[in-house]
Amino acid sequence: MSDTITKDASAPAGDNSPKATPAKKEKPERVASLWSDAVRDLRRNPLFIIGGVLVLALIVISIVPGWFTDGSPFANGACDLSHSLERPSAEHWFGYDVQGCDIYTRTVWGARNSIIVGILTTTTVTVVGALLGLWAGWKGGVIDSILSRITEIFFSIPTLLGGMLIMSMLPFAGNAYSVSLVMAVLGWPQIFRIMRASVLSNKNNDYVMAARALGAGAGRITFRHILPNAIAPVIVVAAISLGVFIGAEAALSYLGIGVQPPQISWGLMISDAQVRFLAAPHVLLFPAAVLSVTVLAFIMLGDAVRDALDPKLR
Amino acid sequence: MGSYVLRRVLQMIPVFFGTTLLIFLMVYTLPGDPVAALFGEKAADPAVVASIKHKYYLDQPIWKQYLHYMGNLFQGDFGTSFTGRPVTDIMAGAFPVTIRLALLAFVFEMILGLVLGLVSGLRRGSVQDTLVLILTLLVISVPVFVLAYIAQTVFATNLGWVTPTVQNSYDLSQLMLPAIVLGSLSLAYVARLTRTSIGENLRADYMRTAVAKGLPRRTIISRHLLRNSLIPVVTFLGTDLGALMGGAIVTEGIFNVQGIGNVLYRAINQKEGPTVVGIVTVLVIVYLVASLLVDLLYAVLDPRIRYA
Repeated sequence: MSDTITKDASAPAGDNSPKATPAKKEKPERVASLWSDAVRDLRRNPLFIIGGVLVLALIVISIVPGWFTDGSPFANGACDLSHSLERPSAEHWFGYDVQGCDIYTRTVWGARNSIIVGILTTTTVTVVGALLGLWAGWKGGVIDSILSRITEIFFSIPTLLGGMLIMSMLPFAGNAYSVSLVMAVLGWPQIFRIMRASVLSNKNNDYVMAARALGAGAGRITFRHILPNAIAPVIVVAAISLGVFIGAEAALSYLGIGVQPPQISWGLMISDAQVRFLAAPHVLLFPAAVLSVTVLAFIMLGDAVRDALDPKLR
Repeated sequence: MGSYVLRRVLQMIPVFFGTTLLIFLMVYTLPGDPVAALFGEKAADPAVVASIKHKYYLDQPIWKQYLHYMGNLFQGDFGTSFTGRPVTDIMAGAFPVTIRLALLAFVFEMILGLVLGLVSGLRRGSVQDTLVLILTLLVISVPVFVLAYIAQTVFATNLGWVTPTVQNSYDLSQLMLPAIVLGSLSLAYVARLTRTSIGENLRADYMRTAVAKGLPRRTIISRHLLRNSLIPVVTFLGTDLGALMGGAIVTEGIFNVQGIGNVLYRAINQKEGPTVVGIVTVLVIVYLVASLLVDLLYAVLDPRIRYA
């Protein structure tokens, strides 16, 4: 960021918090960065705190589901047909599904697939999209034209349809990793576009020229100077798409082309429950509610990151 | 202007061929033999299989199949499905339904989204603004298939206003509920985008000038603020029209709307290559034309943008 913006942004904060003043005297240029500013912003944002706590809880649940339930849904005798479609009770908060499996246990164990897909897809999409976007924006010319046309091709394929087609081609379809791969293939162009636009708007700034005048090579300029300055909009979109990818995994599994049984996915649970929705709504509503809360938590986190990083909204 | 349009159209050509080729390759390299599938459990006579494969050009290398398909396409022939029905026939039955559904959803999201965005953007921090933010956050978080079941339960089962599924897919009044469900996610995006855009433009110098000139509030909002704030919203709406048509697979399935989404879902599961490729080709054309129109609309909304 240019000096004027960082100084403007840090000035009021320095006045308000007594702690910032001594730190500022020691290393003035460190305190004033966009990132430390954003972190300070995030800590005060209730959206970030609520979303962050929920996301942390979900991550813990997905790593050690055994802490939150008595038994594993995969264990012998985990399901008992005599309990089929029983309503929620004090011992079994979410009730039973049609196979007589405890819905609470299944919901807790189902978190893992959603979290894996969300994090894996977002990481892949961000790395691939940002690197290619950096390359296209920096080089321009033929490389830019070719990469841009390729992204347009991916944009013009309807997402769900492309997902169905790619999924039916994969040899290892039906788990969280194949779902992540498919969504990454379809998702990277969005990040590419944002990164490319961001690089283009940064490329002709004075600091780039200064770096070049000081004798920095192309690699140093792109990775040490342009990348840190251009990455903010990418992080904003990536943070919001985490939740979107989790919803998309549920949609694919719901259509029967995502995660396959005997693995557990919330989308799959909803799809199994839809036939008896009127007779036993709780079988559908509990996984649906948990799925919605998960997506909500990630989107709240993403919104908070956007508020912190987008200086236009301040 | 003319040369700009020409350049854009020329750029669309590689995208069109790239997309159709990609879909073609994906569909025709799917595991499983569609011709063998036609015979079900019975062992097929090799001579019959060979003649069917020859009839559908399946005995040719894939690039020849693609060229053959494209050659026919430009004469208006989308090929024949493996059940013997022309693909144009299948599309003629399903596309009118999907176009109605998509247009209804589009009008719904555009009008309500702009109104909500305008209300919350003009009064930042007010009760209305917070309400709109919470409402859109909820709509974005709830997956569309859950939303569809909630809508079905509330409006069909509990209130009895509509039938749970659509009986006649050509009836606009029956398509209302599926259209609202389909458009709700984009509605939330439109509202938020409008809100942000208005918030940015409210602080612009030209707004201060307009107020200082003593223009009436109505004129300032409609002529100055809205026109400038609409540019990102128009971009979103333009690309969304194509997405609404191709992305209705879930909504059409739940509400039993006999549109493109339903046909496509069945065609992929039955490995009906010609039908899938035909429908996707049309969807790609819709997407490309919509994004061209969006670019041309920029010049109308923002006179600073001139295409030389």
